[in-house]
Amino acid sequence: MWIDAIIGFEPEKRLVAVKNVSLSEDHIHDHFPATEDASAMPLMPNSLIVEGMAQTAGILVGSVNGFQEKVVLAKITRALIDHDVVPGRTIRYDATLDRIDAAGAATTGLIEMCDHATGDWSRIGQIDLVFSHIDNNMAGMEFPEHNFVFSENFRTILKSAGLDGLWTGS
Amino acid sequence: MALSRTEVESRVASVLEEALGVDADEITPEATLINDLGAESIDFLDISFQLEKAFEDECSPETPFKIEQGELFPENVLNDPELVEDGRLTDNGMSLLKEKMPHVDFSDFESDRSVGKIPELFTVKTLVDFCERKLALCAA
Repeated sequence: MWIDAIIGFEPEKRLVAVKNVSLSEDHIHDHFPATEDASAMPLMPNSLIVEGMAQTAGILVGSVNGFQEKVVLAKITRALIDHDVVPGRTIRYDATLDRIDAAGAATTGLIEMCDHATGDWSRIGQIDLVFSHIDNNMAGMEFPEHNFVFSENFRTILKSAGLDGLWTGS
Repeated sequence: MALSRTEVESRVASVLEEALGVDADEITPEATLINDLGAESIDFLDISFQLEKAFEDECSPETPFKIEQGELFPENVLNDPELVEDGRLTDNGMSLLKEKMPHVDFSDFESDRSVGKIPELFTVKTLVDFCERKLALCAA
Protein backbone atom coordinates (compact mmCIF):
# COMPACT_ATOMS: atom_id res chain seq x y z
CA MET A 1 0.00 0.00 0.00
CA TRP A 2 1.20 3.49 -0.79
CA ILE A 3 -1.07 5.24 1.68
CA ASP A 4 -0.82 4.84 5.47
CA ALA A 5 -4.21 6.02 6.68
CA ILE A 6 -7.52 7.54 5.65
CA ILE A 7 -8.13 10.76 7.55
CA GLY A 8 -11.25 12.10 5.86
CA PHE A 9 -14.25 10.67 4.07
CA GLU A 10 -17.43 12.12 2.63
CA PRO A 11 -19.52 9.35 1.00
CA GLU A 12 -19.68 9.53 -2.80
CA LYS A 13 -17.80 12.80 -2.70
CA ARG A 14 -14.32 12.97 -1.20
CA LEU A 15 -11.61 10.90 0.48
CA VAL A 16 -8.40 12.13 2.11
CA ALA A 17 -5.43 9.89 2.91
CA VAL A 18 -1.87 10.39 4.13
CA LYS A 19 1.48 8.79 3.49
CA ASN A 20 4.49 9.32 5.74
CA VAL A 21 7.75 9.18 3.80
CA SER A 22 10.46 7.46 5.80
CA LEU A 23 14.18 6.85 5.42
CA SER A 24 13.54 3.31 6.60
CA GLU A 25 11.67 2.40 3.38
CA ASP A 26 13.82 0.24 1.09
CA HIS A 27 12.84 1.89 -2.17
CA ILE A 28 13.95 5.32 -0.93
CA HIS A 29 17.56 4.20 -0.88
CA ASP A 30 17.40 3.28 -4.56
CA HIS A 31 15.92 6.63 -5.55
CA PHE A 32 18.49 7.99 -5.81
CA PRO A 33 21.52 6.03 -4.57
CA ALA A 34 24.99 7.53 -4.15
CA THR A 35 27.29 7.53 -7.17
CA GLU A 36 31.01 8.15 -7.52
CA ASP A 37 30.32 11.81 -8.13
CA ALA A 38 27.31 12.50 -5.93
CA SER A 39 25.99 11.61 -2.52
CA ALA A 40 22.68 9.78 -2.13
CA MET A 41 19.53 11.84 -2.70
CA PRO A 42 16.58 9.91 -1.32
CA LEU A 43 13.28 11.11 -2.78
CA MET A 44 9.77 9.69 -2.90
CA PRO A 45 9.42 8.54 -6.53
CA ASN A 46 6.75 10.49 -8.43
CA SER A 47 5.42 7.21 -9.83
CA LEU A 48 4.59 6.12 -6.28
CA ILE A 49 2.97 9.46 -5.53
CA VAL A 50 0.71 8.79 -8.52
CA GLU A 51 0.04 5.30 -7.13
CA GLY A 52 -0.83 6.79 -3.73
CA MET A 53 -3.40 9.04 -5.37
CA ALA A 54 -4.70 6.11 -7.42
CA GLN A 55 -5.25 4.11 -4.24
CA THR A 56 -6.91 7.04 -2.48
CA ALA A 57 -9.23 7.80 -5.39
CA GLY A 58 -9.75 4.10 -6.10
CA ILE A 59 -11.03 3.52 -2.57
CA LEU A 60 -13.38 6.48 -2.95
CA VAL A 61 -14.72 5.08 -6.24
CA GLY A 62 -14.96 1.53 -4.86
CA SER A 63 -16.81 2.67 -1.76
CA VAL A 64 -19.74 3.95 -3.84
CA ASN A 65 -20.76 0.34 -4.63
CA GLY A 66 -19.57 -1.30 -1.42
CA PHE A 67 -16.37 -2.52 -3.12
CA GLN A 68 -18.34 -4.98 -5.25
CA GLU A 69 -17.12 -3.47 -8.53
CA LYS A 70 -13.62 -4.28 -9.81
CA VAL A 71 -12.23 -0.75 -10.05
CA VAL A 72 -8.99 -0.41 -11.99
CA LEU A 73 -7.00 2.65 -12.96
CA ALA A 74 -7.57 3.20 -16.68
CA LYS A 75 -6.08 6.59 -17.48
CA ILE A 76 -4.01 9.33 -15.87
CA THR A 77 -5.56 12.44 -17.38
CA ARG A 78 -3.32 14.87 -15.51
CA ALA A 79 -0.26 14.40 -13.28
CA LEU A 80 1.50 17.54 -12.11
CA ILE A 81 3.98 17.23 -9.26
CA ASP A 82 6.16 20.27 -8.81
CA HIS A 83 8.00 19.64 -5.57
CA ASP A 84 10.29 16.82 -4.45
CA VAL A 85 9.23 14.92 -1.35
CA VAL A 86 12.14 13.97 0.92
CA PRO A 87 12.05 11.58 3.90
CA GLY A 88 10.46 13.07 6.98
CA ARG A 89 7.63 14.72 5.07
CA THR A 90 3.97 13.65 5.02
CA ILE A 91 1.99 13.56 1.79
CA ARG A 92 -1.74 14.23 1.88
CA TYR A 93 -3.93 12.96 -1.01
CA ASP A 94 -7.28 14.72 -1.32
CA ALA A 95 -9.44 12.97 -3.95
CA THR A 96 -12.80 14.24 -5.18
CA LEU A 97 -15.26 12.18 -7.19
CA ASP A 98 -16.25 14.06 -10.35
CA ARG A 99 -18.39 11.47 -12.12
CA ILE A 100 -19.36 7.83 -11.72
CA ASP A 101 -21.56 5.44 -13.65
CA ALA A 102 -21.70 1.77 -14.59
CA ALA A 103 -18.70 2.08 -16.92
CA GLY A 104 -16.33 3.83 -14.54
CA ALA A 105 -15.46 7.05 -12.76
CA ALA A 106 -13.41 10.24 -13.00
CA THR A 107 -11.63 11.87 -10.04
CA THR A 108 -9.69 15.04 -9.33
CA GLY A 109 -6.88 14.92 -6.77
CA LEU A 110 -4.85 17.50 -4.90
CA ILE A 111 -1.50 16.60 -3.35
CA GLU A 112 -0.17 18.46 -0.34
CA MET A 113 2.99 18.03 1.68
CA CYS A 114 3.69 18.78 5.32
CA ASP A 115 7.09 19.96 6.44
CA HIS A 116 7.08 18.96 10.13
CA ALA A 117 9.82 21.42 10.93
CA THR A 118 7.31 24.21 10.42
CA GLY A 119 4.00 22.33 10.52
CA ASP A 120 2.99 23.99 7.26
CA TRP A 121 1.06 22.21 4.53
CA SER A 122 1.74 23.28 0.96
CA ARG A 123 0.15 22.22 -2.29
CA ILE A 124 2.65 20.32 -4.47
CA GLY A 125 0.57 18.90 -7.28
CA GLN A 126 -2.58 17.63 -8.90
CA ILE A 127 -3.42 14.18 -10.26
CA ASP A 128 -6.66 13.52 -12.17
CA LEU A 129 -7.66 9.96 -12.99
CA VAL A 130 -10.19 7.82 -14.88
CA PHE A 131 -11.16 4.42 -13.47
CA SER A 132 -12.90 1.57 -15.23
CA HIS A 133 -15.42 -0.87 -13.75
CA ILE A 134 -13.89 -3.71 -15.73
CA ASP A 135 -16.73 -6.20 -15.33
CA ASN A 136 -18.95 -3.73 -17.19
CA ASN A 137 -16.44 -2.17 -19.47
CA MET A 138 -14.35 -4.90 -21.11
CA ALA A 139 -16.77 -6.70 -23.40
CA GLY A 140 -15.77 -10.22 -24.29
CA MET A 141 -13.27 -10.59 -21.44
CA GLU A 142 -13.96 -12.59 -18.31
CA PHE A 143 -12.51 -11.83 -14.92
CA PRO A 144 -12.41 -13.89 -11.71
CA GLU A 145 -15.62 -13.60 -9.78
CA HIS A 146 -13.96 -12.51 -6.55
CA ASN A 147 -12.85 -8.91 -6.30
CA PHE A 148 -9.09 -9.18 -6.78
CA VAL A 149 -8.72 -5.39 -6.80
CA PHE A 150 -9.59 -4.63 -3.18
CA SER A 151 -7.29 -6.92 -1.22
CA GLU A 152 -6.92 -7.44 2.52
CA ASN A 153 -4.53 -4.48 2.69
CA PHE A 154 -7.31 -2.19 1.56
CA ARG A 155 -9.64 -3.61 4.20
CA THR A 156 -7.01 -2.97 6.87
CA ILE A 157 -6.84 0.67 5.84
CA LEU A 158 -10.66 0.90 5.95
CA LYS A 159 -10.83 -0.76 9.39
CA SER A 160 -8.20 1.59 10.81
CA ALA A 161 -10.35 4.51 9.72
CA GLY A 162 -13.52 2.95 11.10
CA LEU A 163 -14.89 2.57 7.58
CA ASP A 164 -15.09 -1.23 7.32
CA GLY A 165 -18.88 -0.90 7.29
CA LEU A 166 -18.60 0.36 3.71
CA TRP A 167 -17.63 -3.16 2.61
CA THR A 168 -20.79 -4.97 1.56
CA GLY A 169 -19.24 -8.15 0.17
CA SER A 170 -17.78 -11.23 1.82
CA MET B 1 -31.38 29.35 -25.35
CA ALA B 2 -29.98 26.56 -27.58
CA LEU B 3 -26.24 26.53 -28.19
CA SER B 4 -25.04 27.42 -31.68
CA ARG B 5 -23.26 24.78 -33.77
CA THR B 6 -20.10 26.85 -33.44
CA GLU B 7 -20.28 26.79 -29.66
CA VAL B 8 -20.89 23.03 -29.62
CA GLU B 9 -17.92 22.53 -31.96
CA SER B 10 -15.75 24.69 -29.72
CA ARG B 11 -16.61 22.74 -26.58
CA VAL B 12 -16.13 19.38 -28.32
CA ALA B 13 -12.74 20.55 -29.61
CA SER B 14 -11.66 21.58 -26.09
CA VAL B 15 -12.65 18.16 -24.75
CA LEU B 16 -10.71 16.36 -27.49
CA GLU B 17 -7.62 18.54 -26.97
CA GLU B 18 -7.68 17.73 -23.27
CA ALA B 19 -8.58 14.02 -23.53
CA LEU B 20 -6.34 13.09 -26.46
CA GLY B 21 -3.48 15.54 -25.99
CA VAL B 22 -3.74 16.81 -29.57
CA ASP B 23 -3.25 20.31 -30.93
CA ALA B 24 -6.25 22.44 -31.86
CA ASP B 25 -5.28 22.51 -35.54
CA GLU B 26 -5.50 18.70 -35.72
CA ILE B 27 -9.18 18.80 -34.79
CA THR B 28 -10.95 19.18 -38.13
CA PRO B 29 -14.50 18.00 -38.87
CA GLU B 30 -13.21 15.15 -41.04
CA ALA B 31 -10.54 13.98 -38.58
CA THR B 32 -11.28 10.46 -37.30
CA LEU B 33 -11.06 10.05 -33.55
CA ILE B 34 -9.20 6.75 -33.68
CA ASN B 35 -7.01 6.82 -36.79
CA ASP B 36 -6.22 10.56 -36.98
CA LEU B 37 -6.42 11.70 -33.35
CA GLY B 38 -5.16 8.50 -31.76
CA ALA B 39 -8.12 7.75 -29.46
CA GLU B 40 -8.07 4.37 -27.73
CA SER B 41 -10.99 2.55 -26.11
CA ILE B 42 -10.37 3.99 -22.65
CA ASP B 43 -10.29 7.50 -24.12
CA PHE B 44 -13.98 7.14 -25.02
CA LEU B 45 -14.82 6.84 -21.32
CA ASP B 46 -12.76 9.94 -20.56
CA ILE B 47 -14.34 11.80 -23.51
CA SER B 48 -17.84 10.81 -22.33
CA PHE B 49 -17.19 12.16 -18.83
CA GLN B 50 -15.69 15.39 -20.14
CA LEU B 51 -18.53 15.97 -22.62
CA GLU B 52 -21.06 15.47 -19.81
CA LYS B 53 -19.21 18.08 -17.78
CA ALA B 54 -18.92 20.46 -20.75
CA PHE B 55 -22.66 20.42 -21.46
CA GLU B 56 -24.27 19.67 -18.09
CA ASP B 57 -25.30 23.28 -17.50
CA GLU B 58 -27.31 23.27 -20.74
CA CYS B 59 -29.69 20.61 -19.43
CA SER B 60 -31.94 20.26 -16.40
CA PRO B 61 -31.43 17.66 -13.63
CA GLU B 62 -34.63 15.98 -14.84
CA THR B 63 -33.23 15.51 -18.36
CA PRO B 64 -29.45 15.51 -17.87
CA PHE B 65 -26.80 15.40 -20.59
CA LYS B 66 -25.87 11.79 -19.88
CA ILE B 67 -23.92 9.51 -22.20
CA GLU B 68 -24.78 5.85 -21.62
CA GLN B 69 -22.22 3.07 -21.90
CA GLY B 70 -21.70 2.07 -25.51
CA GLU B 71 -23.51 5.14 -26.82
CA LEU B 72 -20.34 6.86 -28.01
CA PHE B 73 -18.50 3.81 -29.32
CA PRO B 74 -20.20 0.42 -29.81
CA GLU B 75 -17.56 -1.74 -28.17
CA ASN B 76 -20.09 -4.24 -26.87
CA VAL B 77 -21.62 -4.68 -30.33
CA LEU B 78 -18.27 -5.30 -32.00
CA ASN B 79 -17.32 -8.01 -29.52
CA ASP B 80 -20.62 -9.90 -29.79
CA PRO B 81 -20.29 -13.10 -31.91
CA GLU B 82 -24.03 -12.90 -32.63
CA LEU B 83 -23.59 -9.57 -34.35
CA VAL B 84 -20.25 -10.02 -36.14
CA GLU B 85 -19.38 -12.88 -38.48
CA ASP B 86 -16.10 -13.31 -40.35
CA GLY B 87 -15.12 -9.77 -39.53
CA ARG B 88 -18.33 -8.25 -40.89
CA LEU B 89 -21.50 -7.06 -39.21
CA THR B 90 -24.52 -9.31 -39.66
CA ASP B 91 -27.95 -7.89 -40.49
CA ASN B 92 -28.75 -7.87 -36.77
CA GLY B 93 -25.44 -6.18 -36.02
CA MET B 94 -26.10 -3.51 -38.63
CA SER B 95 -29.63 -2.86 -37.31
CA LEU B 96 -28.42 -2.61 -33.73
CA LEU B 97 -25.61 -0.25 -34.66
CA LYS B 98 -28.01 2.06 -36.52
CA GLU B 99 -30.40 2.00 -33.58
CA LYS B 100 -27.68 2.77 -31.01
CA MET B 101 -26.00 5.44 -33.12
CA PRO B 102 -28.58 7.49 -35.06
CA HIS B 103 -26.08 10.34 -35.37
CA VAL B 104 -23.75 8.32 -37.65
CA ASP B 105 -24.08 8.11 -41.45
CA PHE B 106 -23.74 4.41 -42.34
CA SER B 107 -24.69 4.74 -46.03
CA ASP B 108 -21.16 4.19 -47.39
CA PHE B 109 -20.29 1.62 -44.76
CA GLU B 110 -23.34 -0.59 -45.37
CA SER B 111 -22.04 -2.13 -48.60
CA ASP B 112 -18.85 -3.34 -46.87
CA ARG B 113 -19.78 -3.81 -43.17
CA SER B 114 -16.18 -4.68 -42.33
CA VAL B 115 -15.55 -4.24 -38.61
CA GLY B 116 -12.09 -2.90 -39.44
CA LYS B 117 -13.66 0.10 -41.19
CA ILE B 118 -15.87 1.14 -38.26
CA PRO B 119 -13.24 3.44 -36.70
CA GLU B 120 -13.40 5.56 -39.88
CA LEU B 121 -17.02 6.41 -39.10
CA PHE B 122 -16.16 8.25 -35.90
CA THR B 123 -15.11 11.72 -36.90
CA VAL B 124 -15.10 15.01 -35.04
CA LYS B 125 -18.21 15.95 -37.07
CA THR B 126 -19.93 12.75 -35.87
CA LEU B 127 -19.17 13.72 -32.28
CA VAL B 128 -20.50 17.26 -32.76
CA ASP B 129 -23.68 15.85 -34.38
CA PHE B 130 -24.03 13.47 -31.41
CA CYS B 131 -23.77 16.31 -28.90
CA GLU B 132 -26.23 18.51 -30.82
CA ARG B 133 -28.71 15.64 -30.89
CA LYS B 134 -28.39 15.04 -27.15
CA LEU B 135 -28.72 18.75 -26.40
CA ALA B 136 -31.90 18.90 -28.48
CA LEU B 137 -33.33 15.94 -26.55
CA CYS B 138 -32.50 17.32 -23.12
CA ALA B 139 -33.93 20.72 -24.02
CA ALA B 140 -37.20 19.18 -25.22
